[in-house]
This record gives sequence, C-alpha cells and structure tokens, in this order.
Amino acid sequence: MSTDTPASEETDVAPPTAEDLAELRARIEELEADVAAVSDDDTPDKMVIIATKGTLDMAYPPLILASTAAAFGYEVTVFHTFWGLEILHEENSKDLKLSSVGNPNMPVPNLIGALPGMDRMTTRMMRSKIADNNVASVEELIHTAIESGVDLQACQMTIDLLEYDEDDFYDGVTTGVGAASAFQEMAEADIQLLI
Amino acid sequence: MSTETADETLDVKGLNCPMPVIKTKGAFDELANGETMEVVSTDSGSMSDIAGWAESTDGAELVDQVEATEDGTAVYKHYVRKAE
Repeated sequence: MSTDTPASEETDVAPPTAEDLAELRARIEELEADVAAVSDDDTPDKMVIIATKGTLDMAYPPLILASTAAAFGYEVTVFHTFWGLEILHEENSKDLKLSSVGNPNMPVPNLIGALPGMDRMTTRMMRSKIADNNVASVEELIHTAIESGVDLQACQMTIDLLEYDEDDFYDGVTTGVGAASAFQEMAEADIQLLI
Repeated sequence: MSTETADETLDVKGLNCPMPVIKTKGAFDELANGETMEVVSTDSGSMSDIAGWAESTDGAELVDQVEATEDGTAVYKHYVRKAE
C-alpha cells in the first residue's frame, strides 16, 4: 500500500483530542519518572554470608570473601551462628583447630587421625603452612574485615546456647541479632552464601 | 607505564590473597582524581584479582600490568589510575 493514498478506514478514525493528548503526556511523564527512579537507585550492592563452621580451614572463606566484597564496594554482613561464633570469639579464634578425620584430602588416614593428639598435629601443620605462604591470620582478617566496614554479627541465640558473654567477642562485632534480621538482610542482598 | 610516572606507590610484597586487593582499594580511595598508583605485589594471583577489581570499581582504570624480576623474586606491578 502506498503511503500517499490513505486507506478509507484510517480517515474514519477521529484525530486525537486535546484531552487524549494530555492524558498521553501525563502517562509518559509518569513512566519517565519511574525509569528515572530505577536508574537513580544508588543503594550499594549487598552480600550476606552465613558462617556456621568453626574450624581453622573454614574460618578463612567467609572472612576473605567478606573483605574482598567490601573492597568491591559491597555492603557486607557476615552472620555467625553455631560454630561460626568461634571465629569472632577473641580467645577461641586464636586456637581454631583442623581435623583430618572426615577430610579425605588430608595426608593422615581417618583411623590414625582419630588417635589422641592428632588434631593438634594437623592443626600445627596447617598453621605453619599458613605462615610460610604469607596468608593472613584469622585475627588479622577479622580486623581487616571490620576496618573495611564489614558487619560481623554474632547470633544471639548461639551466644546464649554456648554460654558466651558479649564481651568475649572482638571489638566491633555486632551482637543482639537473630535469624529474622539475618533473613531480612538476605532478602535485600544481591549475593547470599551459607558457609 | 613505569615507577617514575606513578604518583604513588603501594608496596604489598609478601602479602597474599585477599590482602593485595584490600590494600589497593584502601590506597585508591586516598588518591586524588587523575592520579596514578603503582601497586607492587609478589602474589601471582594479584594479576587477575586487581584487574577484576579495577573492572568492577567505578573510577578505577587499569593502565598497565607488568611482570618483572627483582632480586630473583617475581614481582607483579599494577598501574591503576583514578578517573578525573
């Protein structure tokens, strides 16, 4: 169909009234405001980690990821629950242990690893490897995380369960938080990890 | 890019993952707009870590990365510029 010969049905359509145009303009303005609100969304990216383990090897992943995410400009919360509390416990964090039992990657067979004193030996091996490879200590990583603005949280229910005192934890650790606040933060986060 | 043309130098030799990136971020925040910082690391992982960090960070531009040997040790030099 040629453009210079309008079809009869098109001529039947009434031209838009001023009222139609005003309505259309109002609708466009409304949508533009919505689009602007979306692109103006400058709330920072967010990551939440739930840290549940308290062995020497499992203390590292949450602390390293949390500090790294903070360096990427993320707002980071690490919610420590059950044995994860040991990482935040100032005294216990310096004495986290590693067991070869149940860990087939360790050079010690499970049967030998179960003998008394074996955890102490495997822990000593791991600590010397950590020092030899210039890997930061758990304590250093905790201070780094707090200085980077990471919110390290200690689950109140587990504090009570394990009969810890709020003063047992590093300065800067958030206490008095529970599953609901952790869940709320997870719901708002871009990344959620259970470690 | 070379040591002479950088405005600041950050020495993270001997530090391992994740410290080079964390120290880089801290020093980068202190840079004035338009300044370039040299980061010297002995961690081979810093090559991809700092590149990834710069790519994801607003205002950070990775100008160059150089692998060199100093006193028989491999060093990784990164040049990061803060956008004006």
